[in-house]
Amino acid sequence: MSLLGPFIEVLIGGLLAGVLYSLVALGFVLIFKASGVFNFAQGAMVLVAGLALVRSLDFLAARGAPVWAAIALGLVFAALVMAVCAFAIEKWVLRPLLNQDGLTLFMATIGATFVLEGLAQMVFGSDVYPLRLFPTDVWIVLDGVFPGGILINKLDVWGGLIAGALVGGLAIFFQKTKTGRALRAVADDHAAAQSVGIPISWIWFVVWLVAGLVALVAATVWGTKLGVQFSITFLALKALPVLIIGGFTSVPGAIVGGLIVGAGEKIAEIYLGSHIGGGIEYWFAYVLALAVLLVRPQGLFGEKIIERI
Amino acid sequence: MLYRETGQFKTSYVKDMQIFPIRQDRIGIALLLAVAFVGVPLLAHFHVWPFRSEYLLRAILLPFLILSLAAIGVNILIGYCGQISLGSGAFMGIGAYMAYKFGTGMPEIGLPPLPVLASILLGGISAAIVGILFGIPSLRIKGLYLAVATLAAQFFFDWVFLRVKWFTNYAPSGSVSAPDLVFFGWLVDSPIEKYLLALMFVTVIALIAKNLARGSIGRQWMAIRDMDIAAELMGIRPFYAKLSAFAVSSFIVGIAGALWAFVYLGAWEPLAFSIDRSLQLLFMVIIGGLGTILGSFLGAGFILLVPIFLNLVPSELGVPLSTETISHLEFIIFGSLICFLLIKEPHGFARLWSLAKEKLRLWPFPY
Amino acid sequence: MNDWTRAETTVVASAREQPAGTPPVAVETAHAAGEPLLSVENVSLSFGGVKALSDVSFDIRKGEIRAIIGPNGAGKTSMLNVINGFYHPQEGTITFRGARRQQMRPYIAASQGISRTFQNVALFKGMTTLDNIMVGRTLKMRRGLIMQGLRLAPFVAEEVRHREAVERIIDFLEIEHIRKTQVARLPYGLQKRVELGRALAMEPDLLLLDEPMAGMNLEEKEDMSRFILSANAQLGMTIALIEHDMGVVMDLSDRVVVLDYGRKIADGTPDEVKRDQRVIDAYLGVSH
Repeated sequence: MSLLGPFIEVLIGGLLAGVLYSLVALGFVLIFKASGVFNFAQGAMVLVAGLALVRSLDFLAARGAPVWAAIALGLVFAALVMAVCAFAIEKWVLRPLLNQDGLTLFMATIGATFVLEGLAQMVFGSDVYPLRLFPTDVWIVLDGVFPGGILINKLDVWGGLIAGALVGGLAIFFQKTKTGRALRAVADDHAAAQSVGIPISWIWFVVWLVAGLVALVAATVWGTKLGVQFSITFLALKALPVLIIGGFTSVPGAIVGGLIVGAGEKIAEIYLGSHIGGGIEYWFAYVLALAVLLVRPQGLFGEKIIERI
Repeated sequence: MLYRETGQFKTSYVKDMQIFPIRQDRIGIALLLAVAFVGVPLLAHFHVWPFRSEYLLRAILLPFLILSLAAIGVNILIGYCGQISLGSGAFMGIGAYMAYKFGTGMPEIGLPPLPVLASILLGGISAAIVGILFGIPSLRIKGLYLAVATLAAQFFFDWVFLRVKWFTNYAPSGSVSAPDLVFFGWLVDSPIEKYLLALMFVTVIALIAKNLARGSIGRQWMAIRDMDIAAELMGIRPFYAKLSAFAVSSFIVGIAGALWAFVYLGAWEPLAFSIDRSLQLLFMVIIGGLGTILGSFLGAGFILLVPIFLNLVPSELGVPLSTETISHLEFIIFGSLICFLLIKEPHGFARLWSLAKEKLRLWPFPY
Repeated sequence: MNDWTRAETTVVASAREQPAGTPPVAVETAHAAGEPLLSVENVSLSFGGVKALSDVSFDIRKGEIRAIIGPNGAGKTSMLNVINGFYHPQEGTITFRGARRQQMRPYIAASQGISRTFQNVALFKGMTTLDNIMVGRTLKMRRGLIMQGLRLAPFVAEEVRHREAVERIIDFLEIEHIRKTQVARLPYGLQKRVELGRALAMEPDLLLLDEPMAGMNLEEKEDMSRFILSANAQLGMTIALIEHDMGVVMDLSDRVVVLDYGRKIADGTPDEVKRDQRVIDAYLGVSH
């Protein structure tokens, strides 16, 4: 019984951290579902959104604006910046590469990543900027049942609620709306979608804008947790195993994948890491993803690809 | 007028299949090799411009040679065989650390320290073995998914070289230094000697790589890259083709890693072989030209020169840039260039070079 | 009697009369009762809910030209993919050269002498014509990596030998002028010819052609027909051919099998099949 308490604490902590990964993975799934492009730049977008938000917040607060106004204006400003990014990427990266294969577009997003990271840091600065948008203290629950109780991080809970709301909204958007259907058509076949009159440029702008807003939301949570800094971009890399495990095209998959990765990492670190030297979190998610790939290449919820010749 | 093929008829298939079928190309390469093997060392020895200081040799030519070698290895995997890999940094690391272990001896299994040449080659072979292991997933997964699998290799080995003390011979600081570079009794320690050593490795391996690329296995690799299903139906075994690409590529990258550690750095930490290195190599082959040996050299040269350029030119113009700004500018330049090349010329600088040569054939006529 | 078969007959007839560049072809030799080279029995194939093939059985005799025809979506390409080992049928067996299998494997199919062309040209876009056809020789090249890397004499000799074989095919198909061109730059008709060359380079016993005449004009069809006939008569290749051009089918083939909605609805000589009411209904779209 005395082992169960700590285990549950680690598990809950891991699950909630996993939800935060899902937040970033959602942005990927969105773009992939809607344009067939794997957006390596999602992590950079989180950084851009975070920097825009935190710097404008600091700027406004330094001029004596009330907190609620600063936050509202900061969010609007960051959203505008993401809109500009979406427009630029659509115009200069996606449109010229229309109809190219997925790998070319993927490499183009790697290029875009570097441009975004360089520009954002040149314009907004490259220090660590703390963000205080959510409560960061903890709850201690069930201390009658388990000695010392179970520690739950309030920030992680907020992250979970926000992710849940996002998932619900996105699911409705894709299934029920006309734009959502158009997005799925575009993802399947660019040329065919164009030939039935779907305005691809506009669609892509919308998709990347929404992904940018998802990145902004992720930035608010992650920025509060870690501070807004360059290493946030490595989140993008961590989201990759989440997507592999969940399947690239599945919104629920991103959630489940995130939970598995988050919980798995923490549990492996505590229970395995102590034996072989620690720092397992660094690679555990990837090796787990590799194992899933070998057994079920399309992930848990992804669509099976049938090749034709 | 200068660059014409007129009068150069091939009378046998062997002549038609040469690396440089055009006589002007053969002369050009001979000149280049003469300059590289004889000209540069002479100029450097007598400190003639541009070799007044050791900077050009030590900080530009030497890393250029070794990174070009690594880029050749990466190009074989990504450019010729179409298997995307984000883990090449880790393979350089495996080459470096295993060469170190062979060079300092493994008393646990009774192995004495081996001579440097053998250690470097064994470092490459170790990298090849691991490359084959991590290449096995490529038989079932492709493209993006394979990229993630190679990331697994990258992060795993980052951790291994940091935490498994055996690799650093239990050094408290975590960083190691290379053994003395003694080749057949000759101690290599001056910049000129190191340059020549690297040059010899690069020339020999580049030649072997080019031979493989234009041989049967090179065609198999390219067939798998272009249309792997049709390739399999033509009798190419994907197992053999893909794993041989991983093996050859990792071998070359491993040797480059060992050279990087032993000859260029002298003393190193695991950070030298992190994901940044993998991305740097990826950029080199994309910018230089996927699927060409020349492109590996062009890409490596370009990526090495841009930071130096950004450093020197603004300060010459009186507007020095801070290191932070330089590194941000590098990001922006490399990123934009990748996007630009992917849009305009997906085959990179190597294709621009061959287009220029085609124009040169017609010069001074426009068409 | 349906006249839609007559209109295109002249195309192939002229090809048969003058196969230019090759010795006169003895057209009668390759037909009639050879023993079966390949037979499929009760093959059924489905993807998820879609049944592509249902209980299909037929054979292909040694030395004949067998046409597989049917309306779009009938399962013809799927049938070829099953023979190649690319698709694995849920039921049925494939017997090739006497060995009976539940499913083929691509490498076994290729190494035992089955090669093919594809409906959407599947050339290796990054290579030249010459290299594409050289890939067809891969199975016959034995020299290992070390020999290739150091370009030792035995490897060079082997490469030259196979280059000579490939040049013979290039002469046969009259594509000398494009041998060093990147195939991505070639017009569609020439690409199809290069693809035929690559398949011929394997020196197969059974050649599967998936719509080799698609998208070609009259002249190109004449040329292609000539090549197919020569391959069959001169080189003794057994050929299975999916084709929509009825004139070509009727004149080139010895026997025809007709598929519709994944089932076999007719099997016999071109004349027999032409008169079969079920075939006429299928093509005219009479609901059944």
